Amino acid sequence: MSARTISEKILSAKAGREVHAGEIAICNVDQVLGTDASSPMAIDYFEKMGGERLFDPSRVLFAFDHYSPPGSGKTAAFHDRVREFARHYGAEVCDVGEGISFQLLAEHGGALPGSLVIGADSHTVTIGALNLFATGVGSSDIAAAMITGQVWMRVPQSIKVTLTGTRTAYLSPKDVALELVRTIGPEGANYSVLEFHGSAISAFTLEERMVISNLAVEMDAKAAIFPSDAATSEYLAGRKVGLDAPVRADMNARYVREITLDLSRLSPRVALPHQPDNVVPIEQAVGTPVQMVFLGTCTGGRVRDFHEALAALNRAGGRLAAGVQLVLTPASREVADAIRDDGTLEKFEALGAIVTEVGCGACCGTSGVVPADGMNVLSTANRNFKARMGNASASIYLASPAACGASAATGRITDPRAERAAR
Amino acid sequence: MIKLEGRARRFGDNVNTDYIITSTRKRETIDEQVLKQWLLETVDPAFAASVREGDIIVAGQNFGCGSAMEVAVTVILAAGIRAVIAQSFSRTFFRNAINNGLIPAQCDTSRIEEGDSLAVQLVGAELTVSDFNKELTLSGPPISGVILDILELGGLVPYMKAHRRLIPMKQ
Ligand code: SF4
Repeated sequence: MSARTISEKILSAKAGREVHAGEIAICNVDQVLGTDASSPMAIDYFEKMGGERLFDPSRVLFAFDHYSPPGSGKTAAFHDRVREFARHYGAEVCDVGEGISFQLLAEHGGALPGSLVIGADSHTVTIGALNLFATGVGSSDIAAAMITGQVWMRVPQSIKVTLTGTRTAYLSPKDVALELVRTIGPEGANYSVLEFHGSAISAFTLEERMVISNLAVEMDAKAAIFPSDAATSEYLAGRKVGLDAPVRADMNARYVREITLDLSRLSPRVALPHQPDNVVPIEQAVGTPVQMVFLGTCTGGRVRDFHEALAALNRAGGRLAAGVQLVLTPASREVADAIRDDGTLEKFEALGAIVTEVGCGACCGTSGVVPADGMNVLSTANRNFKARMGNASASIYLASPAACGASAATGRITDPRAERAAR
Repeated sequence: MIKLEGRARRFGDNVNTDYIITSTRKRETIDEQVLKQWLLETVDPAFAASVREGDIIVAGQNFGCGSAMEVAVTVILAAGIRAVIAQSFSRTFFRNAINNGLIPAQCDTSRIEEGDSLAVQLVGAELTVSDFNKELTLSGPPISGVILDILELGGLVPYMKAHRRLIPMKQ
């Protein structure tokens, strides 16, 4: 048997034979995820394919995240269709207000090391942070997988990303992710998987690793997988349902490319409009006026993100700058409960933040606050395409929660390392 | 074997699925027959009205990047476009194209211009693109295995109806 990457090992196990990069394999999936944006169409495909039952209802999860809450009768009808389907076939639905699909799978303990998860959402890659192969597919793929438990896969090559050095204060996993998007480019990981190595991994919590895996899609990666370590076990403790099978890469596995990122030398980053790879050191964006700051999404909507944003906002003056709208959307109910219990949410509300229902919020313009024409938005999200937030004449900048918090206090893009920004 | 002919409609690099059809439109309906009137509006507001049956989209790098939403493919098909030729495709778009019978032809598109008359051919696994205005014949990486089976049957729906499950190819 030749040396294999983590991806080759997982996909071999799921294909029931040894497979290598470049081959096309039919794999058995452990979990199928659908969102309210992709599932109505998946149900159409399921019916057209003549589906009669789910391969295993306990392995199919639908989450209502993009239209949370539904803003029109049309989106409410999407929800009803999925609810009805799930009830009929016995699958689980996480309804409005529960959270973002793959985030919920992780919280529910269904994202297990060594498993294969497909989700009809490109950011499904996020949960590769838990040492599993998680990838985004379309609605037809989940329809076929709901029937057969199978998916076709071109076995990807892997890019070895080694994180070294010491993490400095205010260095966010978002900065690491944005720097990788800049280095690798919008399609540099096309049909490839990022596999993370290196001593600096242990400086990041599981939730923080999710931020790094999340942005792998912005390089067109098929998955982004971390090794399993003490932080993984800690996250899974008390959550996991089923058996995990951690996977390591073989010593001399073959990689298509190797990248080393020294964290000691990395400073905060900002992605300028309208491409997530349009990344500069924050110094080059400092001073740009912002009228909306968005804290949320599957990238920056977890507990630690809100803590860091609030701390930075306080360091930069502790008040919202005049003319800045601060919008906050937790990625899941578990996150919302945690920041309510520890008083964070109340502090944001006292500042005048708009706190929306749990879910995707303003991220892709489907529910939540839409920016006005000409507005500059600074956001913890992962995409800043034109019209992404529902208005093609707004400009979206992406940065870490700390940079977003500091900028909300100053009204301008602000380096979170500045002790107390001049106002 | 598949053979298509049509007129080139030229786009650049990194045309993402939000640009193909925006989320705010998709929020109202997922009916591709309705959505096609807004096809690619963010990039070229006049495009949808000018599309003719049989047109072929020609693009640069990373076509279909961003969201995995499958309407990006079904809207293109609804507009009468049966093939997209690009320097490279985002993987989720590539999957969705195959699964719906839209041909994702990968080859060097740098010399193809708006309006050129084109042919796309898939013979066995071999893919070729001809540009009659430039007297060019281009080839791309082969399309093989279960991917070819799905494409030849016209997508994953007819494939599933025929086979009921995914069948591993004899390697
Ligand atoms: S938060 Fe944004 S990027 Fe994440 S799943 Fe929702 S819409 Fe997609």
